[in-house]
Amino acid sequence: MPRIRLENLVKRYGDFEVLHGINLEMEENEFTVFVGPSGCGKTTTLRMIAGLETVSDGEIYIGDRPVSQLEPKARDLAMVFQDYALYPHMNVAKNMSFALRLQRRPRKEIDEKVGLVAEMLGLTKFLHRKPGELSGGQRQRVAMGRALARDAGTFLFDEPLSNLDAKLRCQMRAELAIMRQKVRKNMIYVTHDQIEAMTLGDRIVVMNGGYIQQQGTPEELFKQPANKFVAGFLGSPPMNFLGAKIQDLGGQVFVSGDGFEVALPEERASVALGHSASSVILGIRPSDLHFSPHAPDHEAIDLKVIVSEYIGAQSVLLCNCGAQKIEVELKSETPIALGETLRFAVNREAIHLFDSETEVAIG
Amino acid sequence: MILALLYPIGYMIYASFLDWSPSQRIGQAEFIGIRNYINLLGDAAFRESFWVTIRFAAIVVTLEMIVGVGLAMLLDRNIRGMVLLRTVFILPMMIAPIVVGLMWRYMFHPTVGIFNRMLKSFGFEGIPWLADSTWAFIAIVIADVWQWTPFIFILALAATQSLPRSALEAAEIDGANEWQKIVMIKLPLMMPVLIVTLMLRLIDVFKVLEVILVLTNGGPGLSTEILALRIFRTAQEFQELGEAAAMSNMLLMMLMVLTIGMFVYNRVKEAHVAQRRAVIEKDND
Ligand SMILES: Nc1ncnc2c1ncn2[C@@H]1O[C@H](COP(=O)(O)OP(=O)(O)O)[C@@H](O)[C@H]1O
Ligand SMILES: [Mg+2]
Repeated sequence: MPRIRLENLVKRYGDFEVLHGINLEMEENEFTVFVGPSGCGKTTTLRMIAGLETVSDGEIYIGDRPVSQLEPKARDLAMVFQDYALYPHMNVAKNMSFALRLQRRPRKEIDEKVGLVAEMLGLTKFLHRKPGELSGGQRQRVAMGRALARDAGTFLFDEPLSNLDAKLRCQMRAELAIMRQKVRKNMIYVTHDQIEAMTLGDRIVVMNGGYIQQQGTPEELFKQPANKFVAGFLGSPPMNFLGAKIQDLGGQVFVSGDGFEVALPEERASVALGHSASSVILGIRPSDLHFSPHAPDHEAIDLKVIVSEYIGAQSVLLCNCGAQKIEVELKSETPIALGETLRFAVNREAIHLFDSETEVAIG
Repeated sequence: MILALLYPIGYMIYASFLDWSPSQRIGQAEFIGIRNYINLLGDAAFRESFWVTIRFAAIVVTLEMIVGVGLAMLLDRNIRGMVLLRTVFILPMMIAPIVVGLMWRYMFHPTVGIFNRMLKSFGFEGIPWLADSTWAFIAIVIADVWQWTPFIFILALAATQSLPRSALEAAEIDGANEWQKIVMIKLPLMMPVLIVTLMLRLIDVFKVLEVILVLTNGGPGLSTEILALRIFRTAQEFQELGEAAAMSNMLLMMLMVLTIGMFVYNRVKEAHVAQRRAVIEKDND
């Protein structure tokens, strides 16, 4: 299915600009996830691609065809809405076959297609029910089924799981991941939930305040976040940030701050030293801090435990590092007391440094 | 409450069995059984009036529904000045019926009325609006449509605006054009409101009186003498209170049939829903 390209896409409501020139290219059959906090413009972008919002500036290409002036139906899309948007007066079968009936496909073909999709989504028993007679999860499936039944080239999803309870959301997320293996189509998926983004996306586009912050594979974004926003947004528990300075102490380059002093590995050291300002932000994920009482001074930080949250095999500890707060993970069976000071070894390869002014990654 | 409701009706039913003129008190009137009704059924003028009423009601309500709902569909969008336009549309409903009648009588006037003046300025012949029996009927239809279409328009517009936006957007993406959206999504979803609107309008249309009274007074001949008007004249001009009451009762019965029809329709639908519920609960077990 064709690839989709956004070129300098701008959206204004009156004088108020909510999207400031989005440039993006999605490969064929790619599952692209737009992720970002609420109000960052994900839905607006998706609705512009769908043709439900006008384009204020820039262009959308599907294949090589500019589509910003085309009606939604001319764009060969299917869309799953956040509130499902089912047709309340039609039963499940009629809902799923609506687009096909509009295309005047033969009755037999329609029945077959609907039967197939219903089978795949476990809806066969409910084909004659109206949406009002279904549970939230079943409605969600019907919305999915309606999109799948019509063989569009591109699928758009706007937070399709956000109205489900936590358990169902997990289950549907897994089913989506399986469905994704079977259906090779362009998919654009909007969510504010970084776990959904990480588990489903081939490519993740992180947005904030109407700008794209970074795009790439989940791994790229996780390992090499371009700025502090992306670093803090992806991953759970989130990355810790500490105010720090770069110091060259006789051959060894240290990143140090209130309550810690860690030596940088060599290849990071030269880049960090090359950075103009000496004041930086140190980013370190909880998963890169390991409880290790005998770690050497320059590879560890000492943390004073304030709160321990038991969440199963792992506990999340909120600690003080000097006057700053930091979160770490620890095996729950480790015997510790609140107020105790523990030593954690720092995975120094996984240290992130950001400019304290621009918050852009260094190195 | 119930007494207050039933007393006038009971009174009227009793009166319909009397030979009663306004100079008598009700106790002095002679009891004549169902003779009033038999007289009515044998009365060609009454039967004619009955058919005029049915024809008027059917034509007027059909036109009003089509135009009212159609306008609501057309104007259901955010154009500038829409609020003003909507307000203008409600105006006819707010004018007293007598005034509406007088206004239209003036406009239909053969020489100074606006319609004939316009026709003449384009070089056409004037139309004998209120003097010809066919044109007179058309004239009262026009006046009634003018006055009551807004009622349907307002209700239909309210219904369109509470339609689920995203379902309509989904239909757009699924490939529906404007017309298909109206026929396949909007109208079916508005149907409950439209049916109630239709019923209200039907019940009301049988009772129009003032506009026609002022416009044609039932003429020429019996061409525009709808039942309500005939009842009024039977009581006022011919002083036949018993017969008027009998006619009222026939009208009332007609309305009852309509109301019961609506009631039964609702009941059947409810039963249908309940039945589906039961089936679903069995499914879920
Ligand atoms: N119709 C509208 N008129 C004015 N502003 C809007 C409209 N729709 C959305 N916005 C604004 O555009 C921004 C992006 O909204 P949206 O795309 O819905 O965010 P998201 O889906 O990422 O939560 C928000 O600040 C929102 O207030
Ligand atoms: Mg949104």
